[in-house]
Amino acid sequence: MAVTKVQQQPVRSNTARSQAFKEALLAYGLLSPALLLFLAFTVFPVGFGLVISLYNWRTGPNDFIGLDNYTRALKPDSEMWPALGATISYAILSVPVQLLIALVLAYLLFQKIRGKSFFRVALFLPYVTSTVASAAIWARLYSPDIGIINQSLSLFGIQPLQWLLEDKGIFTLLANALSIKLPPGFTGPSLALVSIVIYTTWVFVGYDMTIFLAGLGNIPGELYEAARIDGADGWALFRYITVPLLSPTTFFLSLITIIGTFKAFNHIWVMTQGDNGTTTASILIYRQMYEFQRAGYASALAFLLFTVILIVTIIQNRTAGRQVNY
Amino acid sequence: MANTTISVTRPATSAQPLRPGTRWLLYTVLIIISIGALVPFAWMLLTSLKDLGDVINLKFWPWPPFGNSTPQWSNYPEAIGLIGTDPDTGMPMFFRQLLNTGFVTACIIVGVTLTSVMAAYAFAQLNFPGKSALFILVLATLMIPDDLTLIPRTVMMYKNYLNWYNSYLALTVPFLGSAFGIFLIRQFFLQIPRDLFDAARIDGAGHVRYMIQIMIPLTRPAILTVALFNFIWTWNEFKWAQLVTRDNNMRMISVGLQSFLKGEGGASTHLAMAVAAMVVAPILVVYFFTQKYFTEGITTTGLKG
Repeated sequence: MAVTKVQQQPVRSNTARSQAFKEALLAYGLLSPALLLFLAFTVFPVGFGLVISLYNWRTGPNDFIGLDNYTRALKPDSEMWPALGATISYAILSVPVQLLIALVLAYLLFQKIRGKSFFRVALFLPYVTSTVASAAIWARLYSPDIGIINQSLSLFGIQPLQWLLEDKGIFTLLANALSIKLPPGFTGPSLALVSIVIYTTWVFVGYDMTIFLAGLGNIPGELYEAARIDGADGWALFRYITVPLLSPTTFFLSLITIIGTFKAFNHIWVMTQGDNGTTTASILIYRQMYEFQRAGYASALAFLLFTVILIVTIIQNRTAGRQVNY
Repeated sequence: MANTTISVTRPATSAQPLRPGTRWLLYTVLIIISIGALVPFAWMLLTSLKDLGDVINLKFWPWPPFGNSTPQWSNYPEAIGLIGTDPDTGMPMFFRQLLNTGFVTACIIVGVTLTSVMAAYAFAQLNFPGKSALFILVLATLMIPDDLTLIPRTVMMYKNYLNWYNSYLALTVPFLGSAFGIFLIRQFFLQIPRDLFDAARIDGAGHVRYMIQIMIPLTRPAILTVALFNFIWTWNEFKWAQLVTRDNNMRMISVGLQSFLKGEGGASTHLAMAVAAMVVAPILVVYFFTQKYFTEGITTTGLKG
């Protein structure tokens, strides 16, 4: 290829060259609206945010205070650490629950059954619904007094729970219920956060399932045929063919789910406004800006939290990436 | 393409018919989980038609044959009345906010579709210096978390900068470019054989005509997917809209819903659910008619909103 190109170069006429020039001009023209928007509202703000974080910036820049916002955020008693803890708990709880249910559902829907599209549409519905509306519905389902969740549990003789209003950790609650003693500090994420995880699972299971279904469709059917001839039963097929061959999809979904939990905002805001141990990174940043107009401090928090989250994601990537069989 | 592979392999995978016992177990699980997915919607609709007494007394179905209440359709106008009126136009605030949302959504759909198709065409079909670097830049913007740029973007809307605070500009312009849109449409443009362009060229069509008359019609499903996802995202947008608007009549419907929940609707669950139902209804209607494009969109790009 390269050789032909070199040979052709001198032969190229002026018209060809002006043609290439015209093509480039057209390309830049077509690209410029999108690129200018990205530069103005994505790339520039990163740098501008860095500047803001060095000021005592309220509605405008007050004083240049250097790294004060950062040192304040890094103090041992700063609100950043619990927010980081809540964000990571949220991600760690969400990923396995969401993906496991989604995988099982996708596997079931991949069988020869009727009504596939009904199930797909029904399960995907929560994903397209406004999160403010669906979180408002769930906040009422969780209500200790009028919620149908406590009502249903009482049918099984389970005591009413406080759900979104509960700031005690789930391990503490479990230990109390079984009247055993826990080592101090071993409280677990708050029941409020777990309630939010349950809601998130409801929202995203259909989405994850759709991607798993696409992944299942890409596994060659001959593999199953061959394994059946060798005498493999349903569980063995699932365990030794489906699971390993789906691992790229699973890995991809776990990454996306983690990123999704870091971004999670609307439903937490509507359900708890960050109370009861549910102040995640994005709630904390937003509150500093929306309620207290501390743009400088909020910017510094954003940079610190996303450095940490980036590191966590890279570690996850490295360790989980090794489990992927292509 | 993906569809053909699936239909070719499927007969082999499911050649084994399920045993009746397994089949029933499978249906039971799927039906229970689907009910779980739908119950919150059903509860919303039922609650929006009850009076407050039945809500507090935990009556699940207060109407005949199990009870004596009548469906309270009046909850809907009552909730709309409680939200108030827009002093500028005199129309109910709820409809003003619905119009705002519709207008902002329309602007973003048109804008994103245009900028994405144009950029995708350049990346898929044209040669120019810096092509791969610019494409990497577009993909890189996908990786910059929203929260990192949220504060500076908000500051940019304030008086001494762009002065877009509390205006439609703030709600629309920052979202008119979409890396996801460019990426998805480019994928589809790339699948169109190059020969088609050469043929069009011989017939005297230039790039612009080729793009409009051949490429766009051929990739309509992909473009529709981009438009639909932007519809859902914008209709449901809350975080940014709350941060950059101040006046009630500049708010999007999701922000209006949240402030209703915090205020008048806090104690009146039945009215809150009536408003929620009216906010959700348009999306559900659009979704039911277009659901195959959603599946196509997320399996092609694996995006998560």
